[in-house]
Formats: sequence, structure tokens, C-alpha cells
Amino acid sequence: MPMNDNAEFRPKIVAFCCNWCSYAGADLAGSSRLTYPADVKIIKVPCSCRVNPMFILRAFEKGADGVIMCGCHPGDCHYSTGNYYARRRMTLLFSMLDYIGVEHGRTRVEWVSAAEGVKFSATMNEFVEKIKSLGKNVRLGDLRCRS
Amino acid sequence: MQRIGVFVCHCGSNIAATVDVKKVTETALMEPGVVHAEDYQYMCSEAGQAKIAAAIAEKNLTGIVVCSCSPRMHETTFRTCAERAGINPYMVEIANIREHCSWIHKDVEEATKKAVILMRAAVAKVNLNTPLKPGESRVTKRALVIGGGIAGIQTALDIADAGYEVDIVEKTPSIGGRMSQLDKTFPTLDCSACILTPKMVEAAAHDKINIYTYSEVEQVSGFVGDFTVDIRKKARSVDMNKCTGCGLCQEKCPSKKTPSEFNRGLNTRTAIYTPFAQAIPNVPVIDREACIKFKTGKCGLCSKVCAAGAIDYEQKDEIITRKYGAIVVATGFDVIKLDKYDEYAYSQSRDVITSLELERIMNAAGPTKGHLQRLSDGREPKNIVFVQCVGSRCADERGKSYCSKICCMYTAKHAMLIRDKYPDVNVTVFYIDVRTPGKNFDEFYRRAVEEYGVNYIKGQVGKVCPEPDGSLTVYASDLLDNKQLRMSADMVVLAAAIEPSASVRQIATMLTASIDTNNFLTEAHPKLRPVESPTAGVFLSGVCQGPKDIPETVAQAGAAAVKAIGLLAKDKLMTNPCTAKADELMCNGCSQCANVCPYGAISYETRLVMGPGVRENRRVAVVNNALCQGCGACTVTCPSGAMDLQGFSNRQIIAEVDAICR
Repeated sequence: MPMNDNAEFRPKIVAFCCNWCSYAGADLAGSSRLTYPADVKIIKVPCSCRVNPMFILRAFEKGADGVIMCGCHPGDCHYSTGNYYARRRMTLLFSMLDYIGVEHGRTRVEWVSAAEGVKFSATMNEFVEKIKSLGKNVRLGDLRCRS
Repeated sequence: MQRIGVFVCHCGSNIAATVDVKKVTETALMEPGVVHAEDYQYMCSEAGQAKIAAAIAEKNLTGIVVCSCSPRMHETTFRTCAERAGINPYMVEIANIREHCSWIHKDVEEATKKAVILMRAAVAKVNLNTPLKPGESRVTKRALVIGGGIAGIQTALDIADAGYEVDIVEKTPSIGGRMSQLDKTFPTLDCSACILTPKMVEAAAHDKINIYTYSEVEQVSGFVGDFTVDIRKKARSVDMNKCTGCGLCQEKCPSKKTPSEFNRGLNTRTAIYTPFAQAIPNVPVIDREACIKFKTGKCGLCSKVCAAGAIDYEQKDEIITRKYGAIVVATGFDVIKLDKYDEYAYSQSRDVITSLELERIMNAAGPTKGHLQRLSDGREPKNIVFVQCVGSRCADERGKSYCSKICCMYTAKHAMLIRDKYPDVNVTVFYIDVRTPGKNFDEFYRRAVEEYGVNYIKGQVGKVCPEPDGSLTVYASDLLDNKQLRMSADMVVLAAAIEPSASVRQIATMLTASIDTNNFLTEAHPKLRPVESPTAGVFLSGVCQGPKDIPETVAQAGAAAVKAIGLLAKDKLMTNPCTAKADELMCNGCSQCANVCPYGAISYETRLVMGPGVRENRRVAVVNNALCQGCGACTVTCPSGAMDLQGFSNRQIIAEVDAICR
């Protein structure tokens, strides 16, 4: 099984980051030179509530091995309530994904403020390790998309 | 099809050292829609921007991707550049290959690969960008300042002097804040009240300033230029218009046992009280928890003695709703609770005090009339030990990780004042480091050591033990002599860490202003926009943003005022054009989007909908662009997929996902 050969496995990870908190947190991690693996690619969204479950399904379909969504801490949403909507949607989506075989570890929600560069980098390091331990995602992938 | 230009910035060596910029540029040319790609040392420079403008003109570009630093840094720069060169500013996207790539990866091959992917995602997005036009919104020419300490007073005065109306909301019965509790100020040893009270009077007398004391901000809605704020004016139980401030009610009040907040609980006050003699307004409040009339229904003495008939037991809280264009937060600080630091015996001995309590003891209007004495027995102390960094620069969970910044200086001040007035008192200061950066600060500290003979020992105090004879034994380490010390003291003064006021979290939530792990409000940019919150129209003044002393606070207060004035001076503001938009053909008017919209921006209209095979009057969602702030909650909620967010459309985000997973 190639899955055990984790040293070679470089996962594809999509991170949805809220413009007001975690995107700035990622910037702070960058300017503080706090490293995390290059496997993580960030997509900026105006708020975590902009993340449509469809985007996450799409990522898995296109071959992502893990998807993480970062938003403002509960109570700190720039739009007052957006992260609450996101939290509920993701809870439902993740349990559905788990049910169909995309393990819980492949999806994650984390609250990271603009001041938490350290937390951002630590979270990404942890998440990449977790995905590496889970190996390549085989569920949901659209075979037509495989190269 | 778009005609896209990709511009890759070296950022000196910031990007170029870890990302092969030539390779990113070459790869870009193979991306769909890309007709031009070039790299340059500093894209944000005038020469770099000229290259972008030239390429737009020469190659007739319709979209731009700049691979550079974070969009939070230069998105506006490049958008403005594109606009000047004749294309819509919203046709510009940034691939963040510095903060999110070159600065965090060391391996050139790996970083280059990632940079290429980030570039691809941005190109994929720009391919789907559409020109957007910002709307306009009006500006209410009135500012709100939350907090009436020196920061709030200074900000209000500066805004008011520029000709704009300002309201100050202060939660305590008087403005003045922490500074009014101080005795002297460093490094000049000015009397704190003497320099503060004239400003308080000036603010109260200013025809453009309106002060709400004993009031709190209850609710905030709206956005930059057009905030609506509910202010709860708590029942003072005294009619502000009738009261003459004679003070007779306070003299006669039989309920005298409430610890005085102003004097940090070192003495008591009456139930009807003004916090201090120079309070503004000089109108007392009745503390209803302590008042006998409110507790038992009997008494009413204050009402009987009040010649002006100002006492009003029936008074109720009042909600004032007002519109503001700008809001300045100046909520200040408090001293941390010391219950987690029991080794210093703060709860066990009345002679272990905080520095703020010492300020009250040293103050002529304080509980001891300015006489330095032990609170336990009233004796004059002979040996005083100061402990620095109590809860500051703390590695563990108990305290704060940051330096409180003011303690080294106020301790030097206290030590000097004590040695000056009581030359036979021995003063010892235990410190980790003495930090005195500031104009005339180090000179001040050196005077304490050299002229006033204050004994500074580098080392931490491990324990303070109250002894049966009333003295205190201090166990400490002397790091320079590498030995353990045990000394007897009559008084121990703790430089307790400062933290943002407890109310700041609630206020930040109402303002949707972001806050850091220590509850300090976050600035829009730590270096370039230090007095603005990331939330437009919200400005930061004083310690709510980070520890600072009085001169720094006053300087920042002025800076916050200038930013607020800059906003209030405008007649119209450009609104964010990245707003939601409903596709009439797909919308069936189910109302789910309106339910999740935090701004009430969505309404429904019956419109004639025409499309392939459709021609009917239908109820459809309509987004008010002036109200929509572009969060996107509605876009995900919409069951038919009719709602989309301009600038972050479903297709755009999916294109980015696809590019990353390719």
C-alpha cells in the first residue's frame, strides 16, 4: 500500500480563511517566519459563512486530501453572526462526509484571530501531520480528474 | 475571454530568495487568458507600477494578477494603479506569494511550486472577474468616544476643535479615568490632577462635546459613516439639571460602608456619592445596591436635605439612540486581580498593596490624606519593598505574556517620592529588567538610583510572609550576586500587570472590531495603521490597543482623532462593491436569505421575470447595495443557488479550488 509510505506522500490541502481574522493570522505567521508545510494553499473568503459546503465537496472531488476552514472566534465575527452559520453548516457537512468515508480528520474548523500567527502555523502543522497519517483521500475523487 | 497580465514581484530578496520568480513568470504565460507576464524587483514602486500601466496600454489587458505580498498590504496600491491605467480596479487579484509562501518555506523548489499554484488560482479567479462599481453612502458628522479617561477626553477635544460634534460615553459617574487616580506623573513629577482637571473642564465646557457619564453603550448597528448606537443612561437618581453639587446629601447619608471604587477599596464612601472632589459632572449618583431607601424603603434623608429638590428615587434608565459617523474606543485598563499570586500575601496582609493603591495613599485627597502609612496599624513604614512584573512578562497561564510598560517608571517615581518626603525610609526594588525607553526616562531612573539611593536588586521575589509582629518577611533571589535573600519589610508594593478593561470584549463584539488573545483591540496594521481598527470607522485610543503611558496615550488619542476627522470631513463614502446579487431567474422568493442577513439588506419585490420559457410576475429577492456588507451568508443559505457574491462568486471560488487541486 502506498499509503504507508508517508515520507513521500505530499497531501493537497485547501484552507479557506476569513479575510478579517485567519487570513491576517496567516499573514502574521508569514511575517513572523513561522513555518508550516507548503502543502497548505489558502483561499481568501470575506467570512467563514461564505464557504459553501459545495466548495469543500468540490475540493475532495478534485483530489484534495484535506480541507480546513478558519474563521473568527465565536462572538468575534466581523459580520456578527457569520461564523455561527459556518459552524452549523460544517458540523452537518463533516458528519455527512464522515458517514460516506471521508474521515473526520480530513476536515477541520479552527478559530484563528488576526493576532494568532502562532496558532495559525501550529494548526496547519498539526493538520498536515494528521492528513499525512490518514494518507491519500480515495473517497469522492472524480476519477476523470485523476492524472 | 480576458486578456490577463501577470506581474511577479521579487520584493527585493524577500520573495526572490526562496521563489524562482522567473519560473513563475514563464509558467504564467501558459495559463489560459494570460497574454503578458513579467517580473520586477519592486512591483509596488513607481517604476513597477509604470510597468503595469504600460502593459495595460500596450497589450490591452482586461485583468491583472500581481504575485506579491499580502493583499492586505498592497491590494489598494495595485487597484489604484490599474484604475489610473484605465481598467476597473476590481479586475485586479493578488497572489500572496510572500506572507503565504516565500517567508515560510525554505526550499526553493517547494516554494516555487507553491507560488505557481497560488498564481494559477489567482489567474483562474481573474478569468471570471467582472468590473464592479462601488456605491456611495453618506457620513453622519458626529463622533462617539467610548471611555472618558485621558485618551477619550483628548480624542474628543481634538475632534470637537475641528468643528465636529462629539459624544463621550463613560460608565462611571465621572470622566477622568485612571489618570484621575494618580498622584504624580513620570518623568516630570507633575501633579496628575493639575494637568488632567483642566482638560476635563475644557471637555465639559466645549460646545461641541456632549458627555454621558454613568452610561454604557448598549447596542451598535450600521457601518462606517452611519452607525446607530443605543446608549443606556443609567438612573442616577439625581436630577442633573436641578443638582447644585453642594454635597450636603453626601455629608448626611447614613449608609457609609461601601468600599470606595475610586480609592481602590482602601476606604469607604456613602451610598450617594461623587467619586472624587473634582468629578465632572459634579452631580452625585445613588448606588442603589447600598442605599437604605432602595433596600428598605425607609430613610430618604438625602431628599430631605436637598434644597434643590434634585433627588429622584423614581428615575429610570434611559436609552438614547443616536447616529454617528465614527466611533473611537478609549476604554482603558484595569489592574489584574491578584488572587492567583497568593505567594505575595496580597490577600493576607493589608500592608501588601498594589502600586495603584499606593498612588491613592500618596495622594493628598486619598484615604490617608497623603500620609505614607501602613494600612494595618497606621505606622509609618521604615522598609518598603517594591516587586516588579507581578503578572507581567509571565511565561505561564497565571499572568500576562506582555510587558505592562509603565511599571518600571512609576516604581522609580514612587521610590523617589518616598525617599524625598521620608529620607529615613529604606526603599528596595526587585526587578527582572529595568525598562526605561522614553524621553528623559532613563535619566529619571538613574536619579532614583544615584541621587535618591533607591536599592535596586535584580531578582525575583519568591514569597512574602506576614509575621505575627505585623512585619513582612520577603524571600527573594539576588541574581547578580547569585544568592538568596531574606529581608524584613513593613510594606510591600506590587507592580501588578495592567489589562484591558473588562468591558472591552463586549464593546468589541458590538463593534465587530477584532481583539487579540490578551483582549487588546487589534489595529488594522501593526505599523502603518496603528490607531485604526480593521473595522472601518472604528478607531483606537489609549491602552485599549496596548499598554502605554500618558504621553503616548495623548499622542495616540490625537492620532485617532485625526483619523476620525478625516472620515467625518467626507460628504460621501465609497461602499464595498463586493455585495450579494440575486439571479431573478433562479430566485423563488423563499425568504431564507433575508432570515440570515445580519444587515437587513434583503427585501422582496414582485417583478416581471423574463427568461427562456419564462415570462411571469414573481416575488424575488432584491439586495440593497448600500446596506449589504458582503459577508456571503445568504449565498450559502440560498437553496436554489440564486444568490451570489460579487467579487467572491461561486464560480470564482470553485475556479480557485480547481486550480489548487489540479
